Amino acid sequence: MPGKLKVKIVAGRHLPVMDRASDLTDAFVEVKFGNMTFKTDVYHKSLNPQWNSEWFKFEVDDEDLQDEPLQITVLDHDTYSANDAIGKVYIDIDPLLYSEAATVISGWFPIYDTIHGIRGEINVVVKVDLFNDLNRFRQSSCGVKFFCTTSIPKCYRAVIIHGFVEELVVNEDPEYQWIDRIRTPRASNEARQRLISLMSGELQRKIGLKVLEMRGNAVVGYLQCFDLEGESGLVVRAIGTACTLDKLSSTAAFLPACNSPSKEMKEIPFNEDPNPNTHSSGPSTPLKNQTYSFSPSKSYSRQSSSSDTDLSLTPKTGMGSGSAGKEGGPFKALLRQQTQSALEQREFPFFTLTAFPPGFLVHVGGVVSARSVKLLDRIHNPDEPETRDAWWAEIRQEIKSHAKALGCHAVVGYSESTSICEEVCILSASGTAAVLNPRFLQDGTVEGCLEQRLSWQPGFFSIGSEKGEVDFFPQSQDSSSLLGQEENLPAGCGFCHIPYDELNMPFPAHLTYCYSCRKQKVPDVLFTTIDLPTDATVIGKGCLIQARLCRLKKKAQAEANATAISNLLPFMEYEVHTQLMNKLKLKGMNALFGLRIQITVGENMLMGLASATGVYLTALPTPGGIQIAGKTPNDGSYEQHISHMQKKINDTIAKNKELYEINPPEIPEEIIGSPIPEPRQRSRLLRSQSESSDEVIELDLSHGKKDAFVLEIDDTDAMEDVHSLLTDVPPPSGFYSCNTEIMPGINNWTSEIQMFTSVRVSRLSNINLTNQTLNKNFNDLCENLLKSLYFKLRSMIPCCLCHVNFTVSLPEDELIQVTVTAVAITFDKHQAVQTTKTHVEKSLQRASTDNEELLQFPLELCTDSLGPHPFSPAKEHLESASSNSGIPAAQRATSIDYSSFADRCNSWIELIKLKAQTIRRGSIKTTVSVEKASPLTEGHFRQRSAPACANSTVGVVKMTPLSFIPGAKITKYLGIINMFFIRETTSLREEGGVSGFLHAFIAEVFAMVRAHVAALGGNAVVSYIMKQCVFMENPNKNQAQCLINVSGDAVIFVRESELEIMSTQQPIASCQPACGGGEIAT
Amino acid sequence: MTNELDIFVGNTTLIDEDVYRLWLDGYSVSDAVGLRVRSGILEQTGATAGVLQSDTMDHYRTFHMLERLLHTPPKLLHQLVFQIPPSRQALLIERYYAFDEAFVREVLGKKLSKGTKKDLDDISTKTGVTLKSCRRQFDNFKRVFKVVEEMRGSLAGNIQQHFLLSDRLARDYAAVVFFANNRFETGKKKLQYLTFGDLAFCAELMIQNWTPGAVDSQVDDMDVDLDKEFLQDLKELKVLVADKDLLDLHKSLVCTALRGKLSVFPEMEANFKNLSRGLVNIASKLTHTKDVRDLFVDLVEKFIEPCRSDRWPLNDVRLFLNQYSASVHSLDGFRHQALWDRYMVTLRSCLLRMYHD
Repeated sequence: MPGKLKVKIVAGRHLPVMDRASDLTDAFVEVKFGNMTFKTDVYHKSLNPQWNSEWFKFEVDDEDLQDEPLQITVLDHDTYSANDAIGKVYIDIDPLLYSEAATVISGWFPIYDTIHGIRGEINVVVKVDLFNDLNRFRQSSCGVKFFCTTSIPKCYRAVIIHGFVEELVVNEDPEYQWIDRIRTPRASNEARQRLISLMSGELQRKIGLKVLEMRGNAVVGYLQCFDLEGESGLVVRAIGTACTLDKLSSTAAFLPACNSPSKEMKEIPFNEDPNPNTHSSGPSTPLKNQTYSFSPSKSYSRQSSSSDTDLSLTPKTGMGSGSAGKEGGPFKALLRQQTQSALEQREFPFFTLTAFPPGFLVHVGGVVSARSVKLLDRIHNPDEPETRDAWWAEIRQEIKSHAKALGCHAVVGYSESTSICEEVCILSASGTAAVLNPRFLQDGTVEGCLEQRLSWQPGFFSIGSEKGEVDFFPQSQDSSSLLGQEENLPAGCGFCHIPYDELNMPFPAHLTYCYSCRKQKVPDVLFTTIDLPTDATVIGKGCLIQARLCRLKKKAQAEANATAISNLLPFMEYEVHTQLMNKLKLKGMNALFGLRIQITVGENMLMGLASATGVYLTALPTPGGIQIAGKTPNDGSYEQHISHMQKKINDTIAKNKELYEINPPEIPEEIIGSPIPEPRQRSRLLRSQSESSDEVIELDLSHGKKDAFVLEIDDTDAMEDVHSLLTDVPPPSGFYSCNTEIMPGINNWTSEIQMFTSVRVSRLSNINLTNQTLNKNFNDLCENLLKSLYFKLRSMIPCCLCHVNFTVSLPEDELIQVTVTAVAITFDKHQAVQTTKTHVEKSLQRASTDNEELLQFPLELCTDSLGPHPFSPAKEHLESASSNSGIPAAQRATSIDYSSFADRCNSWIELIKLKAQTIRRGSIKTTVSVEKASPLTEGHFRQRSAPACANSTVGVVKMTPLSFIPGAKITKYLGIINMFFIRETTSLREEGGVSGFLHAFIAEVFAMVRAHVAALGGNAVVSYIMKQCVFMENPNKNQAQCLINVSGDAVIFVRESELEIMSTQQPIASCQPACGGGEIAT
Repeated sequence: MTNELDIFVGNTTLIDEDVYRLWLDGYSVSDAVGLRVRSGILEQTGATAGVLQSDTMDHYRTFHMLERLLHTPPKLLHQLVFQIPPSRQALLIERYYAFDEAFVREVLGKKLSKGTKKDLDDISTKTGVTLKSCRRQFDNFKRVFKVVEEMRGSLAGNIQQHFLLSDRLARDYAAVVFFANNRFETGKKKLQYLTFGDLAFCAELMIQNWTPGAVDSQVDDMDVDLDKEFLQDLKELKVLVADKDLLDLHKSLVCTALRGKLSVFPEMEANFKNLSRGLVNIASKLTHTKDVRDLFVDLVEKFIEPCRSDRWPLNDVRLFLNQYSASVHSLDGFRHQALWDRYMVTLRSCLLRMYHD
């Protein structure tokens, strides 16, 4: 699929003065792609040149289109000497290569020079004409969409989630090539920038190919990283989750004839179909796909047993008859085996996603992580990066086996990272072991799975939360009784239930019956790397919890060094864990989400920083307090001291409970049932190998009081630990913080957002450092940084810092660098107070803050909480009919959906009409807003939205690390932004010292990201992340250098306030489709 | 443990108005921190001094980076590096170009040259405005002056267009530029009682009526220089005092009209010739640069001081000046009625504004 790339250079502005004599510049532009170069005319004597060039056309392979960046160089013409470069613009044309994204890149780009920073701007227009060519052996993967977002992007629906894709490419680092000795820093920086740009293009193309092989059309949760290995090279690696996404638009959802991109789905033969008439006709197949969008996944989990059962939807093999379903228990093991084997056929059943379509996540086992210490050696053959590949394969294998030990067949919220110091490299991977609902997974190879329903626990379902769906898919047994049960059953506890066998637990654990359903067993604490599932019920608010730790290490070389590090790692992990656990208890909470443990290696120390968001899950037992036990009980004063501390701790817990509004209802003991007797052992970490650990630890509670967590103070270290526990000050009132996407317990966001990056570098002053002083220093550094953030953002109160992302690095011997990126979002305090805790509302709000990704209809329907739906009887009837005939529910669901399709449409329209009336009564609405809300008119609406956001002088571009923009709706994804910049200076003092230098650079990076987004026609970057910020300084030489790598998804969003929604409801996203109905009805 | 590097960069640039004021006022970081501490911010927010120090540093750095853009405000609007909401941009610009009354009175009418800049030390000591702030204000004057000096079109309009200032501030700058260009003396002791507002008021009237722009809107320097032709013509007014009959007639006309209406009638009657001579002589001398510069000194010496010493109430001054200018129209032998009005309308308003203690 070759293509034609067309570039037009329009004008420049604010150029620097290049000719001192005239105070002006004679600028011209070189446009380079691959090996071809074009030049504009010289525009003499102007700082605001108007080139208005012709269209420069490059005819190129799509492979090159994917790999190569477009290079635009602005130069100053000099008659007598060499032309001086003013600066460059690199434009990634990838967003132009898939149809749904941007069609043109046009706008003002900052002209960037690695030595001088931004020097004026240039206006460029870029277009691509692609020629279709279905070459099977192609090397390109044009058309595969990439998303940094770690959930299903808002305006898409996941048809299939295929699974893990990874790739890495290596090269020599230009900075370390011999030629670097004779070239200028600028040339060297540019070589590096160009190379990395090229490598990431290539990487993305290769990943794309893998996705195409899996028959996916997108990569979600794409995470690309650079390892600057110094002498031994440069590694660019990426992981992601391959998916088949379907654009959410009602046309696609309604018309069977429309081109559904879910080719795979069509190909699934429903041999076993018990309802042949539903599938016999050709046109019905696309409809079958559509049914997935209607059928909320909940229905599956509801009917399934919640524990170990895995369900798979590939009834290809002969096993699929529903009769086995009723056999329950004995069949469980076999079933599990089979589903597992299905997933095991994937090399790595990993998912980089952290938030999932409802119903995808069945159970969560706990955090799994693996680390390994490697010695770097020169990469001899860049074309075959086997060693690096092998290293990662090894780690992933380990993760997989950990997951298996937890009774889980998959790992979600998976991520990988490295820390490099000289020639030692720590590779880390972590994720959350989980049991998934295979409905979303598709196996291209041999399916050994069967459709299964275990009905041994009727009425209990794991992940049902939205009320509307109950009506959609009533229980097969007795829908009324189910409904009755649901009233008093707080749902959304299923994922907390243990996936492993309680008799054969991988580690000592303290299990109780689930506090929500009282049917299944749950651990007393749960650690995960994912976001809080949208349907989980929590009490109170969440908070950011960090564990911080330093360990001194002797300076050593090579192998000795690696050994030393390996030996230290387990202790660090253990301590990080203890800290997390203590702090969690201190907060009165029982679960951690978004856990990220970073271990950084330096010359003479190791740093550990774990961040997570603590919450109180209703399903888990109330955490006990912390009890302090002294070792020497005879000493009176000591005793007194201990009791004093104990009091302090108790006070803190009480205070925190109040602060975070944790007031779980008192549940009489007898209802809960007695805790399951477990062999209790000393709390410890289970560790399969020296460098890895299973993080679902169970701390022992054997000091008589079963719910108290005991800290033994046996030496000064322990004393320090307890003290340090108490030093963490809560954020000032009106502030909350978390490192997940959504702050549990807050759902009424207002529209003000402020994304920021803050960097601190601290020098450790004293020579005789001890672990304690080091810990204290590090702790202070982080705490002060947080305090500063709270102070700076005080004008936004009440607000919440979301997605707080700390990164620690040790650039030099005595330097600690902490980088924080987060977003502050304001919320409405009053509404928060009013928020009722009723089940329906809660789920509504959640759904709104999250997304309407999957469930178009269910969501719409549930927003109006009308109670029984007009069409539920029909469904019930069908449902019961099918259940009588023993048809597996999944198929049942399918068939029901199909047969009631028309019926549903009708009722839907009825409902819409109803709503339309409400709208008319409730508020005056403009036609535009109605149109905007309508999914039907999306194309139409897009055209309208573009000029709307282009109104202001310099268009505001929002940036956020979150996947959504509060109070707004993302209407289009324009492509991935992945940028790499180097900045260097030889006049550090003149630029305001290190702070001035880095401040300016980060501001410039933001500016370049915004400019690229604006040029794509977007008005925001979501899932923004600063993946790397490598800062090096040499104050003696007045020099500094910094490398920054950022990425995110460029999007167009529309403010919901413009949509002015139903006055009776809270302004939540889920209302939108309902408003859209207004248009259909009118 | 010391922080070698400590930065905060927001996607939307954070602007703290209080810190901006401190920065504009020329306080050092440590002074600013001290002042903030005294404002009670620590108690309000529960922050520590370290946090305040870091925050102040950060804002100062941002302002320092913005300063380059503030020198050419349209650049601030079009630049891409700092994302600042329009209302904030306006605030930044307006505050940056705002100046202190005390300072502007010191430099008003002075040449905006290096020489003056060297005197800023003294001005700083005298006015209590920090040297840094003096420099900024002086540089603002100079920058605006340089940009609009040779431009066509309305002076205030040009300033507003090139510096995006509010209407009020642009007019003040027009006055500063006008004074600097014509080098009116404003520093004499007897002029000290005049506020910048008084002088700016006069400048605005003079720009409206006495510059080439008043008659022709398409000339260079139209609003910056006084209309040479007009000044030349003003010599013709001399006849009002040189011709004894005309002077007597003028006096009798004014006295008849004002008899019984002024509380200071006898004093007026006694002083009429002196006052009239003073006002007409000022007009006829304006061809000399030196006398132009002394315009305000002369106005005070020749008119305001005599009136003040006789304790004329402001209202009497108004009645007198109205009658004084109007009566000229009844003088049959006087042909320069239009010229007289162009001169006197402006002068009358200026004098009234300047007539206070």
